[in-house]
Amino acid sequence: MNAIQIELNGRPHPADANVTLQELVAKLGLSGKSLAISINREVIKRSDWSNRRLKTADRIEIVHAIGGG
Amino acid sequence: MNLNDLPAGANTDHQLTIAGKTYDSKLLVGTGKYKDFQETRDAVVASGTGIVTVTVRRVNIGQHQDEPNLLDFVPPGEFTILPNTGGCYNAADAVYTLQMAREMLGGHSLCKLEVLGDEKTLFPNMPETLKAAETLIKDGFDVMVYCSDDPIQAKMLEDMGCVAIMPLASLIGSGMGILNPWNLSLIIEQTQVPVIVDAGVGTASDAAIAMELGCDGVLMNTAIAKARDPIRMALAMRDAVRAGRNAYLAGRMPRRFAASPSSPMAGLIT
Repeated sequence: MNAIQIELNGRPHPADANVTLQELVAKLGLSGKSLAISINREVIKRSDWSNRRLKTADRIEIVHAIGGG
Repeated sequence: MNLNDLPAGANTDHQLTIAGKTYDSKLLVGTGKYKDFQETRDAVVASGTGIVTVTVRRVNIGQHQDEPNLLDFVPPGEFTILPNTGGCYNAADAVYTLQMAREMLGGHSLCKLEVLGDEKTLFPNMPETLKAAETLIKDGFDVMVYCSDDPIQAKMLEDMGCVAIMPLASLIGSGMGILNPWNLSLIIEQTQVPVIVDAGVGTASDAAIAMELGCDGVLMNTAIAKARDPIRMALAMRDAVRAGRNAYLAGRMPRRFAASPSSPMAGLIT
């Protein structure tokens, strides 16, 4: 499987070509966590993670809640 | 009269209704700056709040995957989670952050908008705040908005459809207390949605003063988190907000320059 290069939370990250967002989340060990994800600043609904495939140079952002006022 | 008959026992006097939902406390608390998540939870519980603010940040990729999550300690089933836009300096970043927060929280529309002006003062950037509020409201958010204590811009935000107006009492994290009660009073007097003092409260008396002015609530973080004993300070804030509300409802005595004896002079023994 061909590898592609994406940007993940501001850093270059290798990924398999055609990988879905769902698969990326699983590979990162983040399945089941309270998260939100965007691709190129477009928020992707959790229900769409399994059919959204990553392309080279996609900018992925994965966020969670932390303490704040 | 018995203690149970006292008007102060009426819980509705201490409730807060925002965007159609009623909470049992007029205190809102942040979750930043605590030692750990357990201390965060203990302080939140002690405060009696129903609304807890959180912020949204990037996950550390490849690190600490099993580390506890804040929302495990303050779960959305137990508290209303109020995502903020702390750290955002323009409207576009604030809108994007809250769209991410809404997705993270399963479509929950209540949010706290704060667009900051600079790092030194963390004063709100009002032109960007107004712009972001308009976009978010059109997108279906219920916007509680951190703002300057300028009654004109507070009115603009209310007219736009913000569900709570949240002027600062003094700079975020400064603990300087209520620096301009007159401006806050002008905002309270003119506003139909809840007015919540957000930022600047340092100790319990500050929270009481805010409530005595007629605020509908107080939002604080550092005053509790950075107290020597955060749990005890959370209790103090819970009581101060209730005390201030009761004092506001009771109506204070007029101030006078001259003394007035509390004991009658008639029948004085000499």
